[in-house]
Amino acid sequence: MEIVLACAIGVLTACGVWLLLRPRTYQVIMGLSLLGYGVNLFIFSMGRLALDSEPVLAPGVPTDLAHYTDPMPQALVLTAIVIGFAMTALFLVVLLAQRGFFGNDHVDGREDAE
Amino acid sequence: MRALAQALMPHLTIVPILLPLLTACLLLLLDGRRHRIRGMIGLAAALANLAVAVLLLFWVGSDQPAAYGVYLPSNWDVPFGIVLVADRLSVLLLVTAAVVALMALLFAVARWHKAGAHFHPLFQIQIMGLNGAFLTGDLFNLFVFFEVMLAASYGLLLHGSGPSRVRTGLHYVAINLLASSLFLIGAALIYGVTGTLNMADIAARIPQVAAGDRALLHAGFAVLGVAFLAKAAMWPLNFWLVPAYAAASAPAAAVFALLTKVGVYVLLRFSTLMFSDQAGASAGFGSDWLLWGGTATLAAGAFGMFSTQRPGRLAGFAVIVSSGTLLAVLGLARPELTAGALYYLPSSTLGVAAFFLLAELMERSRSADVAGARAPEDEEDHLPFPLAELELDKDVNLDEDEEMLIGHAIPAATALLGLAFICCTLLVAGLPPLSGFIGKFVLLSALVPELSADTARIDALLTWVLPVLIVLSGLCALVALSRVGIRFFWTPVDREAPLLRVVEFVPIAVLVGVCVFISVRAEPVMRYAAATADALYSPAGYIDAVLSARPRPTPTNAERLSLHGQESAP
Repeated sequence: MEIVLACAIGVLTACGVWLLLRPRTYQVIMGLSLLGYGVNLFIFSMGRLALDSEPVLAPGVPTDLAHYTDPMPQALVLTAIVIGFAMTALFLVVLLAQRGFFGNDHVDGREDAE
Repeated sequence: MRALAQALMPHLTIVPILLPLLTACLLLLLDGRRHRIRGMIGLAAALANLAVAVLLLFWVGSDQPAAYGVYLPSNWDVPFGIVLVADRLSVLLLVTAAVVALMALLFAVARWHKAGAHFHPLFQIQIMGLNGAFLTGDLFNLFVFFEVMLAASYGLLLHGSGPSRVRTGLHYVAINLLASSLFLIGAALIYGVTGTLNMADIAARIPQVAAGDRALLHAGFAVLGVAFLAKAAMWPLNFWLVPAYAAASAPAAAVFALLTKVGVYVLLRFSTLMFSDQAGASAGFGSDWLLWGGTATLAAGAFGMFSTQRPGRLAGFAVIVSSGTLLAVLGLARPELTAGALYYLPSSTLGVAAFFLLAELMERSRSADVAGARAPEDEEDHLPFPLAELELDKDVNLDEDEEMLIGHAIPAATALLGLAFICCTLLVAGLPPLSGFIGKFVLLSALVPELSADTARIDALLTWVLPVLIVLSGLCALVALSRVGIRFFWTPVDREAPLLRVVEFVPIAVLVGVCVFISVRAEPVMRYAAATADALYSPAGYIDAVLSARPRPTPTNAERLSLHGQESAP
């Protein structure tokens, strides 16, 4: 499971960084989104991976992290998702405004010479 | 005053966060077109915010060695619940931010707040994010307040719209979203290694981190540091800053001058709290990066000032110079230098904020096009000013109802602007008699003895780089600003006096006045800065104060509290 998650984070982050460096605003927003997913999975993995464990206390189970999954990163991921989503929406608005002002989707507002 | 603060104290800590938040909610409920009443409410809230910050200053500045106002908003045990901490450093920044915010808002009420629908709520949220970032003692809460601050700053940067704002806004948003991702990666790594997000708790646990995990911890802090360094405008992470700040409307730009100081604040807090002498194998982590990164930033900012003639861009480079000086000095991690930096910080922030406001007045008086219609990176920037084209168009203003404007044209407007410009130049370049000089003098006088005592070191040549650069950056600023000043104020062109409203000039005068005040009363300010630096370099006080804070007993938590006491006893 660790290797699958690590690969997923790596691929998402690599794609995100690649797209972020592209000159089109749509690519940039996709890159930021992918990067956000990679980061969220990464935070999740920092609470250690556990199968079939609950994040909330259950009666009769010893209260240590060996029997539970860490609830903290889950709360953090939730916050990060909400904030990231809102910021992406805002970026989308700026992207559309830029498109309206310059008539193209280049991040600098000008067409390439190519 | 101190007694009043003492009486209000446990709850005074959270007021700088709650007050702007509630004000923003109230402002959102009001009709967006009722600018005057919204402006009044916003100003009242900003004034109250300043009053609270000053009260906190009196409380932490009392003679006891170090006062820490620890507040548990959720009334939970310390490492688990979030915590707010008001100490000397955070209150110093709170007061600086409150002064700049109030003056920027006053400036905005003259004209700018009518350029968009939600200026006032955004401005209050911006204040809340700044105050929260200064007060929080929790890593993830810091992220949340960072995001609050950034979200508001996106709105403020785009306030007034126009192609150049949208284009630089796009870059600004993209870069800050990336920095936020780095922040999260760093915070997650630190949580993964230490198992806590409370800053004092992290600091207490760093010495015990296993040797195998230490590299991971350092990686976490390095990634986190990159996020803050991007915010604090360290070269080469600062190319976004000058176009964005120059494109922003003047009140927004003045507040943005504070945002870089948040990055500096967090770096100072972390480097002194987490990597002090007590941090074991991690002591002093990253300070060389701060020193050399800051030096490079200082050089880049100083040369950047030569490259531009637009006042707004000059102010942007002044922000970079200020950040570079602070970062480099903090990288040396010596209490007397940090004390100088803490004196330099408010003075340079106020000076640059005043300069941003002034730059807008100067640019408005010279060009008739709507501010923002021109791209900030235009090539014309490198040409001499087209002063001959100076024709003041009364339709410049973004507001439709010209008769609603407050104030009137002062005949001596040019003279007043020129005087304010000279004061800003003195502050930015660090020349006597204003506080910029005192700050730089303290820094240099602390730097030079070290050099003479240490000349045998192999890198003696390298240690000369910083003091020489600090002096040279002042010279660069002086040359660049004099050039602009001469072109604006002395070149004889028959032109009308610029339109200057009292409401717009008062904020600049007050900001300069505060700088004059801290030059005249330099001794108590310096004493406060020295006490702050001493407290920062003995982080045990901070850690103990936070970790010994206990929740208030209530009927519902009595059982849990006694349970916790039993667990921690053995």
